[in-house]
Amino acid sequence: MLLAVLALLAAAAYANMQRGLRALGLELGFDFLRVEAGFDIAEGPAYSPGDTYARAFWVGVVNTLRVTAVGLVGATVVGVVVGVTRLSSNWLVRSLAAVYVEVVRNVPLLLQLLFWYGAVFLQLPPVRQSITWLGVIHVTQRGIYLPRLVWQDGRPLWEVPVLQGFNFRGGVHLSPEFAALVLGLVIYTGAFIAEVVRGAVQSVPRGQWEAAEALGLGHLQTLRLVVVPQALRIIVPPLTNQYLNLAKNSSLAVAIGFPDLFSVGHTILNQTGQSIPVFVMIMATYLSMSLVTSALMNLYNRRVRLVER
Amino acid sequence: MGERPAWWQTLYSPWYNALLTLAAGAAVLAGGRAAIAWAVRWARWDVLWPNLRLLLVGTYPPDQVWRVQACVAGLALLAAATAAVRWLEARRGRPPWAERARLALGVAWVLSLPVVVGLLSGVRTSLWGGLLVTLLLAVGGIALSFPLGVLLALGRRSAWPVVRLLSTLYIEVVRGVPLVTVLFMAQILLPIFLPEVRLDRLLRALAGITAFSAAYLAEAVRGGLQGVPLGQYEAAHALGLSGAQVLRLVVLPQALRAVLPAVAGQFISLLKDTSLVAIMGIQDLLGVARSVLANPRWLGRQAEVYVFVGLVYWALTYSLSAASRRLEQRGAAGRG
Repeated sequence: MLLAVLALLAAAAYANMQRGLRALGLELGFDFLRVEAGFDIAEGPAYSPGDTYARAFWVGVVNTLRVTAVGLVGATVVGVVVGVTRLSSNWLVRSLAAVYVEVVRNVPLLLQLLFWYGAVFLQLPPVRQSITWLGVIHVTQRGIYLPRLVWQDGRPLWEVPVLQGFNFRGGVHLSPEFAALVLGLVIYTGAFIAEVVRGAVQSVPRGQWEAAEALGLGHLQTLRLVVVPQALRIIVPPLTNQYLNLAKNSSLAVAIGFPDLFSVGHTILNQTGQSIPVFVMIMATYLSMSLVTSALMNLYNRRVRLVER
Repeated sequence: MGERPAWWQTLYSPWYNALLTLAAGAAVLAGGRAAIAWAVRWARWDVLWPNLRLLLVGTYPPDQVWRVQACVAGLALLAAATAAVRWLEARRGRPPWAERARLALGVAWVLSLPVVVGLLSGVRTSLWGGLLVTLLLAVGGIALSFPLGVLLALGRRSAWPVVRLLSTLYIEVVRGVPLVTVLFMAQILLPIFLPEVRLDRLLRALAGITAFSAAYLAEAVRGGLQGVPLGQYEAAHALGLSGAQVLRLVVLPQALRAVLPAVAGQFISLLKDTSLVAIMGIQDLLGVARSVLANPRWLGRQAEVYVFVGLVYWALTYSLSAASRRLEQRGAAGRG
């Protein structure tokens, strides 16, 4: 009975979709992927407007992975540092961390990204008046230039960005879009991870600290051998959620013009009008990213969780 | 000299805390000075005043703003009435009229949303904007996604495999993709699947927010459902309650009370997430802010406008979380 109703609903939706598509003069299919894309993408792996839509989509995927990978590392570092800081015995330090968490968590991420991009990175000085740190890091309107480690004749060597003409050559160049996106994601997700870390450390019973001290372990030893292993068990599931959130939130790149998976997909959709196939592709990619991340974190979780008799 | 308070002592003992205090203090002073210097000397706040109306109600026609004002006045009156009834109840200890007054207020609150929307609809929705749209999307999203989330959570624990499978599939797919994809789908795909119905843009955005938030709420509520002991179901059935009665009278009250913090957290996320409709070109608070900044007259005022808008969002979310903490305490007291 229920099955019949559901089948009917599905059939009605399908029929409606067919009619809707006909009204727009569209046909379903993935053939458009082989067509020349014709639009440029500002950054990412090698690509030119003459490449296919499939290649363009791939560039978007790689860009999303780049942002996510850098963001995960940064957010974890910020989160652990701030989470531990929130537990400091020093009132001033503890309050500073609390203010950071309360401000960042209660303001929309999109607003923060627009702020970093529009109010910070685009307001930086032009290339010729770049802010320079240590003589090798240059912060400019056109992005951040960092030294890069390269292999030359089998030996590691720092390649330093040098001003040549109107731009810096050599080293690593981070575009303002990339930098703003990563910075925004790190600061936002870091605040959430800090709360996860704080909660986990606080949930380790006081008796565990006392017992470890009674056994003659030092403060660091207590942390390393007793508290952290127990806190990790509690941390991993909510931390996985925060990692997934960061990956999904990277789609806000579309608002500041960074060519991530969603933003490239959206351009393809606008050009071809193939809304349903493009949406299927976008959603399938995000879903599989989420699934892979959860699977990896579950694997890790199995290693750290409590093994009981 | 008396004993110094404990928090003050932590600033200099043990010795490394003194170093930390120095470092943090220097950072606070430097940061605070820079921030104040910016806010007082460099920031050009003149961008806010001429655009305040835009930020509050968008392009709502000035001669129709009385509709908004009437809504605000009505809601304020209702809130005042609620507070008055509470206060009288607390002082007089449940007089006989309290029950009826409570019922009337409850009905008034439930009806207030459709009345507000009806009153505002005297103007095309494409002219609505600013804080007005942000609040409507948030309140509408909360009001719609909560029942949907509870239904999905129940569906995921249903005895019928088809319902269970579909609920699980829906929840997992929606939670696996970003909100922007759901919002764009609502904008682009809904018209394809429903070619005859012409849904309003704002309504489609609301549909996307609701569909997204319901999946997260469902997971929160499911946690609460799992926490209700089996004995409660059995006892309720033994008392002769029907399935729906068991849920309504026994299981859901316990489950929802247990997950109140998680649900409140989801509502706060929803409020922040409404800002994403700005990407779709809807003129909510953030959308209007971007339009203002696109005006060449206000070039380079990003910091001023975004700081102001951020303060508004912060005040909204912070009061929501304060309200949830109060509710939680009251719930805990009720149990005690």
